[in-house]
Amino acid sequence: MSAGIAGAPAATARALDLSPRRRPDWLKAAGKEAKLLLVGIPVLLWTLIPIYHLALFAFSPKESAFSGALFPTHPTLRNFAIVFGERHYFLSHFWRQLWNSVLIAFTTGVLTLVIATAAAFAISRLKVRGGRTVMNLALFTYFIPAAFLAVPMYKTMGAYGLLNTKWALILAMVTIASPYAIWVLKQASDKLPLELDEAAIMDGASPLQLFRLVYLPLMAPSLVAIGIYALLLAWNEYLFAFLLLSGDRDLTLPVALGNFLAADDSPWELLMTTGLIYALPPAAIYYTFRRYMVGGLTAGAVKS
Amino acid sequence: MSAALATAAGRVAPASARRPFRLSPWQTWGAILLAPYLLVFVFFVVYPVGYGLWLARHPASYAHLVADPIFAGTVVNTLVFLIVGINVKMAIALFLSGFFTHERRWIRWLSVLFILPWAVPSIPTILSVRFMLNPEWGIVNHIVFSLTAEDGPNWLNDPRLGLTLAIAVHIWKSLPFWTLILLAGRLSISSDLYEAASVDGATGWQKFLHVTWPSMRTLYVTCTILSMIWTLGDFNSVYLLTGGGPADLTHVLATLGIRYLRLDQVDLSMAAVVCAMPFVLPLVYVLMRRLSK
Repeated sequence: MSAGIAGAPAATARALDLSPRRRPDWLKAAGKEAKLLLVGIPVLLWTLIPIYHLALFAFSPKESAFSGALFPTHPTLRNFAIVFGERHYFLSHFWRQLWNSVLIAFTTGVLTLVIATAAAFAISRLKVRGGRTVMNLALFTYFIPAAFLAVPMYKTMGAYGLLNTKWALILAMVTIASPYAIWVLKQASDKLPLELDEAAIMDGASPLQLFRLVYLPLMAPSLVAIGIYALLLAWNEYLFAFLLLSGDRDLTLPVALGNFLAADDSPWELLMTTGLIYALPPAAIYYTFRRYMVGGLTAGAVKS
Repeated sequence: MSAALATAAGRVAPASARRPFRLSPWQTWGAILLAPYLLVFVFFVVYPVGYGLWLARHPASYAHLVADPIFAGTVVNTLVFLIVGINVKMAIALFLSGFFTHERRWIRWLSVLFILPWAVPSIPTILSVRFMLNPEWGIVNHIVFSLTAEDGPNWLNDPRLGLTLAIAVHIWKSLPFWTLILLAGRLSISSDLYEAASVDGATGWQKFLHVTWPSMRTLYVTCTILSMIWTLGDFNSVYLLTGGGPADLTHVLATLGIRYLRLDQVDLSMAAVVCAMPFVLPLVYVLMRRLSK
């Protein structure tokens, strides 16, 4: 079966091969394909239109985008040149802000991974006393919407003197990401056979050796998923970044994008171009690690 | 899950059988490894929550909040957002999860593209939708004009349309995630059940009713509750699309808190969050019971 709509004839052919009966069978099969297309085409359009519109703006000169053209009649890379060259008032710190986003996302990913792996190992393998309580507290935090924590977090970071620093955002994102990370890692870890631990202990392994030589290698796929989960969460975050950071040189890209709206005559084509540049890395990372992501992240939810 | 855990805990022979020798180093390392998270929890969850509740301690703040004409509208908006938004979203997700079980190559490709809204950050896409709906320059009204030769509505300047569109944006963003979860649920149903139903001559709808739904019900309800809690905290869909406007008529509780913060009325902001707690806490309680079963 080749790509696209070719599915329909192939299925028809198969139906013909299999049934020695009459025409209604292939009619039925064709009808079924038509029904599937009737769902599939709207789903495709619904999914892609906002993203297509974003790309359309990024590759069109301002005049053509604003006149409602559906296709880039005069495709251009000029918008990208302006963004990369920081040749607009709103973009004067583009590279700096991109770097802030990268730094904050990576630090959050690494810190979350370290904290959550250690906690999951202690709870699941070492059966540390009170581990279940900690797990429940973490789960509870995970269920409270982050937006409700935003205002108290803002005040707290003020009290700690961290406002307007990268650490404020990093620590806030680690706080938000780690409960789910611990939960998923604990579930994955519970599935590892205990005999492995027992064997390692028989051989005289210390807790740290067990952690390093048995646990980490076996958990690698879940660790990849969780590291990326935290990294993307921090990269995508708008609300906390917008509250905790100020000062043009300290902002992350999404906040800079939001600031475009402050002006009445925002350069929308540049906003969309910057937005597209900002949206590409997470999409690329997601698709590269899709296998790990879907398996690692949905496993926890489906288990319930 | 807890049953499995309990038996697992019982089988941790190394730790429990040789308790006198093993207990201290293992428990010590356990405590050391757990400490970083506990520190994060104490400094960035316990302290802020306590601080927040302390800021919202005056009954006067609540009186002030309820007296604010925006507040009643915000509560109504939040309920509409939750009840309409989530049920529509979950129903579509349930339907689409069935669609994606069909084995066709083009459907597999479609499922890859379908994840995009979830995989890309929300800011650029919401802003893209915002401009699509711009009354003068947006593509939607250009199309409306070319089809009807009349000017389209000023979409985001009408509170009802604005809220509806914010709900649509929310659905656009989170539908893929829930569809994936429900799809995983559907795929874990044994195909024997469907074959047996086919042998008995069941129609598609009967199969759904007697095979799919009974197996999926728990998952579906859990997902709906979880989605309700998260949707209560959905700040981006409303804030970036309508900004709470026009005239603060499309706020939901999540954006109202931030609005007060920007007006430097922190006590009101915290009071608004506290007002959401009677919705959130029972849901969290139910969810935690479900997940630790």
